[in-house]
Amino acid sequence: MITLTIDGKKTQVVGGATVLEAARKLGVYIPTLCQHPKLTPFGGCRLCIVEVKGVPRPLASCTTPAAEGMEVTTSTPQLEGLRKTVLELILSDHPDDCMTCEKAGNCTLQELAYSYGMRENRFRGERRTYAKRDANPFIERDLEKCILCGRCVKVCKEVQGVSAIDFAYRGFQAKISTPFEHDLNCEFCGQCVSVCPTGALTGKGWAKKGRQVEVNEVDTVCGYCGVGCNLTLNVKGNEIARVTSREDTWNEGWLCVKGRFGYKFVNSPDRLTTPLIKKDGKFVEAGWDEALQYATDRLMEIKGKYGPDAIGGLSSARCTNEENYLFQKIIRAGFGTNNVDHCARL
Amino acid sequence: MASLAAILGSGSMTNSIPEIEGMEVIFIIGSNTKESHPVIANRMIKAYRNGARIILADPRGIPMARFAEVHLQLRPGTDLALLNGIARVIVKEGLKNTEFIRDNTQKFEEWEKSLEPFTPEYVESVTGVPAGLIVKAARLYGGSRKAGLFYTMGITQHTHGTDNVSAVANLALVTGNIGRESTGINPLRGQNNVQGACDSGALPNVYPGYQKVNAPENREKFEKAWGPALPDKPGLTATEMFNGSIKALYIMGENPVLTDANQGHVVHALEGMEFIVVQDIFMTETAKLADVVLPAACFAEKEGTFTNTERRVQLVRKAVNPPGEAREDLSILMGIAGRIGLPASYCGAEDVFAEMGSLWQGVQGITYGRLRRGGIQWPCPSKDHPGTRYLYKTGFPVGRPPFTVVPFTPPAELPDAQYPYLLTTGRNLFQYHSGSMTRRVRQIEEHAGRAYAEISPADAAALGVKEGDVISITSRRGTIDISARVTGGIRKGIVFIPMHYAEAAANVITNNALDPVAKIPEFKACAARIEKKTA
Repeated sequence: MITLTIDGKKTQVVGGATVLEAARKLGVYIPTLCQHPKLTPFGGCRLCIVEVKGVPRPLASCTTPAAEGMEVTTSTPQLEGLRKTVLELILSDHPDDCMTCEKAGNCTLQELAYSYGMRENRFRGERRTYAKRDANPFIERDLEKCILCGRCVKVCKEVQGVSAIDFAYRGFQAKISTPFEHDLNCEFCGQCVSVCPTGALTGKGWAKKGRQVEVNEVDTVCGYCGVGCNLTLNVKGNEIARVTSREDTWNEGWLCVKGRFGYKFVNSPDRLTTPLIKKDGKFVEAGWDEALQYATDRLMEIKGKYGPDAIGGLSSARCTNEENYLFQKIIRAGFGTNNVDHCARL
Repeated sequence: MASLAAILGSGSMTNSIPEIEGMEVIFIIGSNTKESHPVIANRMIKAYRNGARIILADPRGIPMARFAEVHLQLRPGTDLALLNGIARVIVKEGLKNTEFIRDNTQKFEEWEKSLEPFTPEYVESVTGVPAGLIVKAARLYGGSRKAGLFYTMGITQHTHGTDNVSAVANLALVTGNIGRESTGINPLRGQNNVQGACDSGALPNVYPGYQKVNAPENREKFEKAWGPALPDKPGLTATEMFNGSIKALYIMGENPVLTDANQGHVVHALEGMEFIVVQDIFMTETAKLADVVLPAACFAEKEGTFTNTERRVQLVRKAVNPPGEAREDLSILMGIAGRIGLPASYCGAEDVFAEMGSLWQGVQGITYGRLRRGGIQWPCPSKDHPGTRYLYKTGFPVGRPPFTVVPFTPPAELPDAQYPYLLTTGRNLFQYHSGSMTRRVRQIEEHAGRAYAEISPADAAALGVKEGDVISITSRRGTIDISARVTGGIRKGIVFIPMHYAEAAANVITNNALDPVAKIPEFKACAARIEKKTA
């Protein structure tokens, strides 16, 4: 264990921990944009700078390992001035369109601009403009809002193992690019979207469906494969506006394309909305009472005619435990046969 | 699953997903993890970045191959020979875990003898995997005492699927790679609640909690709880239900027309039945054949629990209302139960779960109150039990698990002069199962909405087929027309079709020959003929 002092408070961390991690452990707030707890440190945004006694210049706390006896100061007028300058530089090249941005209210950059009171900007000047829209159906890439924090690049490489994007060009021309600037063609897991601190990366299907302040967040479990990732359905009215996942669950907030972007079947116009009974080869709408009574009468009649083992029940790996339990109970105890199965084998 | 349960006592993943991070060696066989279980693949990649070494056995150059130190690109259906070959190297090179075998297993000597013919050279001749790679894989897996095995349908969907699973279990037993943290056998379940459906007793031979229906003491217990007298003989499996004896079928949330092998056979069987009820969220290919269709709620519209592939019971919460008159499945089921005179008045899902807990000790300690704070992995026998991250820490419920002698048997149908290609099936990343959900998501359809068959560049050249050309694929059971995707990721003589597309349903041509024990159809290998379609 290493002992160090941060803002006059002593703390202990394991060897290899960074100064930023030590500060977080103490509950000391240091602003960051590029740092993400699940990704390797980058040291790109320079917001997390701190003063260390005996070191003549500020250090990025996210890339500085904690050392024995270190004395760290996280906030001084000089540090705050530098942070403000960094923010001013970022904002000087960022569209002022929080009014229409999907991310407003849930944007780290907006939050920092708010807390540092960034109304004026000494660096107003040329801005990067990117007219071309990426044609992929899942992820909206608005490069004008990109602050080049590199989180998306890192998550794609380190978590997803795909490396579909990287930094390209230098200086003012620097941007996050796909190979040869083609349209994005990747696994579309949207991990990049989930870690983007600004509105540069959002879901194409999210547009105008409701900002974070308007949605109701419902924690549930994904309905696709057997991995069972934790999902948060962001609901506005009776519609799912988007799907996110919490970082503090076992799946650490990571999802796949189906879980993150495959939810629109819920509101499909093809959904069945009323019970149907087939009459003369055609489906006719029926009430619940009529349909349930007819179904049970016919099932009991066939049971009476051929015996219970002429009845079969196919339950579902898509339904809940409770539904499966009750289904097999009905087949076994209600109809008197063990002919119940589901598609586990398929 | 049946086989793993018979050998070890349970058929589920022995480890939990987060434990993957700590594995030294990861051996994946018959699982396209990065496409079928993407978030588990994320953990494997994390392990890889921590230094874990990955062995992959799969006929195709699937995405996980990029991370594999050894890729054993075997011919479909030859898994047994490969697994026996690897086991033989482990035994011959002294990599076996003598202590574990002595203290925990049985029938080792008999099994050891059965491996004799599986020399690397013989296995190479059967599987097409170079002998050197077989030895390398054996040294990697056998050299580690913290290794995890992963498999899915690539192992089970064969006429000898049960034997395949036994062969996988043999590898874990001979190295002792089971029963510890980050060490074990992990079948990955394909559907969100397939683990839970099995746990909840939606199987013909067991009550909830895998309690056998033909054991009188179990029957007595469930009769006491449920009321009516219960039948004593195990029922029919899904595939067997399409063999003529069933006159009326109640189908909840399944689409066997698309997902069962040999579509023609299933449709014929359904048409021959007197009455069919389908309860679903869409008018599926199966629902169209029904007499009564009941509109149900999807996962976002109901309360309940799902159990994932690592036995983690997690809470499903209602976010939106079902459309129109559609109802939660539970309330539909209560409507049926009431009408046939079965007492089933529950206040809600929580009530049903509590009843299940009272009849199965595995989930007895799990309550909705606890689940609201996070998922719990069964077994969880009491309210103060934290749940079980990995199985068999203190030994096996079956006592000493046996080694299983598994002779190599080829797939039921092999290529011949008339049907020269070996066809295999699987999933892709974007679509899901029969596609009834994903194919209604416009974005997914835009990106991956077209059916395709993967063939090798050599076969494409021989057939005069280019990328995107329409080919017709014929087996003894049917023909489909499908667009060709030419890829170096597949070997000459093999063709792959994803299962999701109804317009070119792979299961029109797959073989419904069954594994004799688990009754799983052989989706993963059949013989086929390919012709180029002239426009």
